[in-house]
Amino acid sequence: MPGLEDLYKEIILDHYRNPRNRGELPPPACKTEGFNPLCGDEIVVYAHIVDDQIVDIKMGGQGCSISQSSASMMSQAVKGKTIDEVKQLTNDFKAMMSIPGKGAASSSEADSAEAIAAAKAAASAGDAGNIAATTAGAAEKPDLSMGDLSALKGVVKFPVRIKCAVLSWNTLLEAIEQAEAS
Amino acid sequence: MPVDFSTIKADFPIFDRQINGKPIVYLDSGATSQKPRAVLDAMDNYYRNHSASVNRGAYQLAAEANDLVDDARASVARFIGAPSSNEIIFTKNATEAMNLFAYSWGHANLGEGDVVVISEMEHHANIVPWHMLTQSKGIELRWIPLTESGELDLSNLDALLDGAKLVSVTAMSNVLGTMNPIRRLADAAHAVGAIMMADGSQYVPHVPTNVTELGVDAMIFTGHKMLGPTGVGVLWGTTELLDAMPPFLGGGDMIMQVTKEGFTTNALPHKFEAGTPMVAEIIGLGAAVKYLENIGMDNVREHEVSLTAYALRSLKERFGDDITIHGPSEPASRGGLLSLVYKDVHPHDLSQVLDQANVCVRAGHHCAKPLMQLMGVNSTARASLHVYNDESDIDALADALESADDIFGGLGF
Ligand SMILES: Cc1ncc(COP(=O)(O)O)c(C=O)c1O
Repeated sequence: MPGLEDLYKEIILDHYRNPRNRGELPPPACKTEGFNPLCGDEIVVYAHIVDDQIVDIKMGGQGCSISQSSASMMSQAVKGKTIDEVKQLTNDFKAMMSIPGKGAASSSEADSAEAIAAAKAAASAGDAGNIAATTAGAAEKPDLSMGDLSALKGVVKFPVRIKCAVLSWNTLLEAIEQAEAS
Repeated sequence: MPVDFSTIKADFPIFDRQINGKPIVYLDSGATSQKPRAVLDAMDNYYRNHSASVNRGAYQLAAEANDLVDDARASVARFIGAPSSNEIIFTKNATEAMNLFAYSWGHANLGEGDVVVISEMEHHANIVPWHMLTQSKGIELRWIPLTESGELDLSNLDALLDGAKLVSVTAMSNVLGTMNPIRRLADAAHAVGAIMMADGSQYVPHVPTNVTELGVDAMIFTGHKMLGPTGVGVLWGTTELLDAMPPFLGGGDMIMQVTKEGFTTNALPHKFEAGTPMVAEIIGLGAAVKYLENIGMDNVREHEVSLTAYALRSLKERFGDDITIHGPSEPASRGGLLSLVYKDVHPHDLSQVLDQANVCVRAGHHCAKPLMQLMGVNSTARASLHVYNDESDIDALADALESADDIFGGLGF
């Protein structure tokens, strides 16, 4: 059994204790909500998107250390980035969670089933880090560093928690879709 | 007759298993219970020695399979004090049983503005089918509120019941452990001409049950929470009620006659059991009921009350104000379902930490989101008991809770 030290890294607990970019944004920022039907975790994303760029982002909601720290780290990582960069980062993050990359945003339900299947394979293969490294190492991508986010790498060894980690990302993708549609 | 509960674990093969060299501390029977060897053997015996379709063949094997199902049905009827085994309708689970009832009885008896009364502590299985009728039939759904201590607030019952056609309330809350005054509600419902449905999913597996004494017209429960297999649940209703209800699913077994012009329905219970039933699961449920009867439901209840008392006492002694246990504080008026809040540790994180010690508890909303909203939380961590639990399981839970401090001890918000 993987040890809890792989999951609860100090930096994760720090983001959980002191969530960054917590709060709300008034319209025209768009607001989307994400729920984890399994455990009731809830994420609210306020994203102010101007000319294909996330100029500001705030996060709300309640949940476990993994969902909330992932949201906090994500908000830091995507602020100021272009939509394309954010989509790339999302793919990279999901790859780190052993979820195969997709062109466009996908429904969170589909993701979770895949996530669990893929993660089981990864957990038994034993080395999640390699998967992330190979995927992220592919050519012609913008140079986006995972930064603090790589602390969440250990989540992949706890397949039921992957949903918690990707909840904020799927919620942000929905916000982007909304902005793109309007 | 005194029962030696220390030998009960040995009846459950899963407890022979160790995970990472340590025994399993199973505290999630509220979600699903473990199965004794008697249940596994009964199902195995059907498939090995008596496998045949029921209600159809005239040959020996088919007759044996029929007898096994009839015996299981009679056992379940006896277990809940039902006047007739024809009143036991087997379904896939409690959820399907409630949907069958809501669809069949609801469509025949409810119209625009008719009132269905439920409570704020219901499982989604006793909420969503009524929401569906709100949408399709325009019924009005009313909610019995809760008191601070997590009991039904019946101070405005008369007003709530005004115009009611149905009162449908859980006999035991799957989150708070609260045991509700079903008899009182049934009497009040009848006084205004309404009928009474009880959700017995958490009650029937743990408390001696007699539907006639409870005064209810219908009740649902689910096999897998009462030491039986998954895939079988029960709708019980009075003969009068079930006879007046239109069929739910159409197909084989539920008909008396089919012509090109139409059909007539079979007698109870077959009228509501269309298609080939879950024969092995029904037989398994029959074996589970006999296993519980052998121990004696009075003994089961007594064991769980004393274990709940031990849990409430020892957790409080050890953790003081660092632990909150929701629901009634008096063990005799509650079931062995303990929703815990430990310091600021989120339920999901807590269950993850407990898992390191093979302590299995459920973290989540327990399919009771309106109750969660009322409690102001998204989820709770719930430890729940059954016959095989003992004080060592509670001690293991307490030890594991302490280890959460190693990781989350420094948390302060
Ligand atoms: C009070 C209550 N009602 C209904 C159900 C539904 O049972 P099932 O999922 O077996 O249909 C449950 C179980 O989760 C429950 O606790």
